[in-house]
Amino acid sequence: MTEHCSKARRKAGSSNSPAPAHGRRRTRALEALIDGETARADKLRQVDIDMKRVERLDTFGAWLLERLVRAFTARGCQTNVTGLNQDYRALIDELHAVKPEDVTEHRSNQLTYAMASIGQNIVSVGQSFAAIVNMLGALVVALLRVLVHPRSFRFTSLVHQLDNVAWRAVPIILLITFLIGCIIAQQGIFHFRKFGADIYVVDMVTILVLRELGVLIVAIMVAGRSGSAYTAELGAMKMREEIDALHTMGFDPIEVLVLPRIVALIIGVPILTFLGSMAALYGGGLVCWLYGGIDPDVFLQRLKDAITMDSFKVGMIKAPFMALIVGVVACVEGLAVKGSAESLGLQTTASVVESIFLVVVLDGLFAIFFASIGM
Amino acid sequence: MAGGNGSKDVVIEVRDLVAGFGDHVVLDHIDLDVYRGEILGFVGGSGAGKSVLMRTIIGLIPKREGSIKVFDVDMGTATDAERQAIERRWGILFQQGALFSSPTVPENLQFPVREYLDLPQRLLDELAVAKLEMVGLDASVCEKFPSELSGGMTKRVALARALALDPEIVFLDEPTSGLDPIGAGEFDTLIATLQRTLGLTVFMVTHDLDSLNTVCDRIAVLADHKVIAAGTMDTMLASEHPWLKAYFHGKRAQAGHVARK
Repeated sequence: MTEHCSKARRKAGSSNSPAPAHGRRRTRALEALIDGETARADKLRQVDIDMKRVERLDTFGAWLLERLVRAFTARGCQTNVTGLNQDYRALIDELHAVKPEDVTEHRSNQLTYAMASIGQNIVSVGQSFAAIVNMLGALVVALLRVLVHPRSFRFTSLVHQLDNVAWRAVPIILLITFLIGCIIAQQGIFHFRKFGADIYVVDMVTILVLRELGVLIVAIMVAGRSGSAYTAELGAMKMREEIDALHTMGFDPIEVLVLPRIVALIIGVPILTFLGSMAALYGGGLVCWLYGGIDPDVFLQRLKDAITMDSFKVGMIKAPFMALIVGVVACVEGLAVKGSAESLGLQTTASVVESIFLVVVLDGLFAIFFASIGM
Repeated sequence: MAGGNGSKDVVIEVRDLVAGFGDHVVLDHIDLDVYRGEILGFVGGSGAGKSVLMRTIIGLIPKREGSIKVFDVDMGTATDAERQAIERRWGILFQQGALFSSPTVPENLQFPVREYLDLPQRLLDELAVAKLEMVGLDASVCEKFPSELSGGMTKRVALARALALDPEIVFLDEPTSGLDPIGAGEFDTLIATLQRTLGLTVFMVTHDLDSLNTVCDRIAVLADHKVIAAGTMDTMLASEHPWLKAYFHGKRAQAGHVARK
């Protein structure tokens, strides 16, 4: 039985539409028609596809024709394409040569895929923990080497980094902590006033700021501001092979790049924490005075009674550790950047998220520690 | 100047080297010798592992098996101090230059020098200018940062940095890629001149048939994870290996031959 596939011909012809938006719709319509045509193939033994009226043929049309031929042939139906413009012979031959196994759909089981990605995520959490420990070890080695040969320490780099992460961060840190101090005081006064306990706002603000908020806010700000910068800088250096170049010149990138950055953070964050806490106390005091009617003299007197040296120390002791964790995570993620721009973005995000998470976890551990030693 | 005869002083000796990523073995039991004072052109298809071999020799990729000896020192068992001594004796030109982006051009050149030698700033500055002029640049680039350089200038500055410590071996990763034919030809001449004046041994990963023809003393070919041939251009042209035939007798190679005739 010979059937003249006039429908297929018309469809193939319709792919030469000039308007792109139409073309897209027509390609879809053509595909649906061709798939519908192949569904009838069971009844047929021979098919002639007449392409005479096709004036122009692109890869999409040609591939659909090829798909049609393959579908008919696969069902034991002899297929002839006739009347094809000789200009397109090469295109058709090229597509005819595409191996069937290359175009089979690669779709894995959704469940397997979900399980696999859960597994990969768990493994990657473990790996990043190992990478952090590894970096800490490498830092200690670099530090010991620098202690033995103090002249090999990159002092210029340290000063440059201190300028970036500490000095230039001062205005924004002061502003944010000042505002946070104001907000806590305002909220405290608003609610404490109901019980006539306005004056205890001073206790709340000062203890909260000195023990927890000052250092936490500074650490989070530094993670977002300097941690992300470290990751992006080191990542870009990794992408541009600068780190490989350092290696091949006999330099240790940990000593040259990572150590000055982390030391700068360890020096800078406690200073920022101190400044930030003072700004928050100032903001709190200001709001107590203007909004709560607590005179500055009364505020200061109350402050002296409420806090001890321990409250101040608790905040300051935590600061260098926060700096260490932010710096180590940032540098680990920066050195983990692969060659692509996407990976630079991913690692920078990971750096900020991971370091803020670890800062909060570390703060919790410190809270337990200080509670148990009675500080 | 043809290698392969006379006294053969091996500076890099690679034996039975295996390297790869994950399950993928890129280099499968490779042997390769590089002799003192030669320019070795290292060719192979894209993705065949030419750069992997170079990076394994210079220690950026860990090897799995085999041995790499540079100046008769086994890099696998060398102490840190021995390694560092070897690293002082080679210079590397990376494909994209890999200049440090924050310091200026002369500071880039002075960076390795500062680490190993204690020289006054004035001498460092003069040396930087001298090195830049050796690679065909003038002192005007001294004001510039690497991001302000053109592709060809970046390669030249990177070469100058590779030569900063007067190395004995220079590794070049596709030095002429991304340069126009004239620039590439000039760069080839530059490498040949520097090789003669400084007595360098050059290990050059390349795709450039003209470079192979004009400056390379010997050619080594990587295909199917192995070094399938090593020898002069004539050896390559005479070989019956299908990959070599395709590479050295292909259309592009023919065009090159015609152009030279």
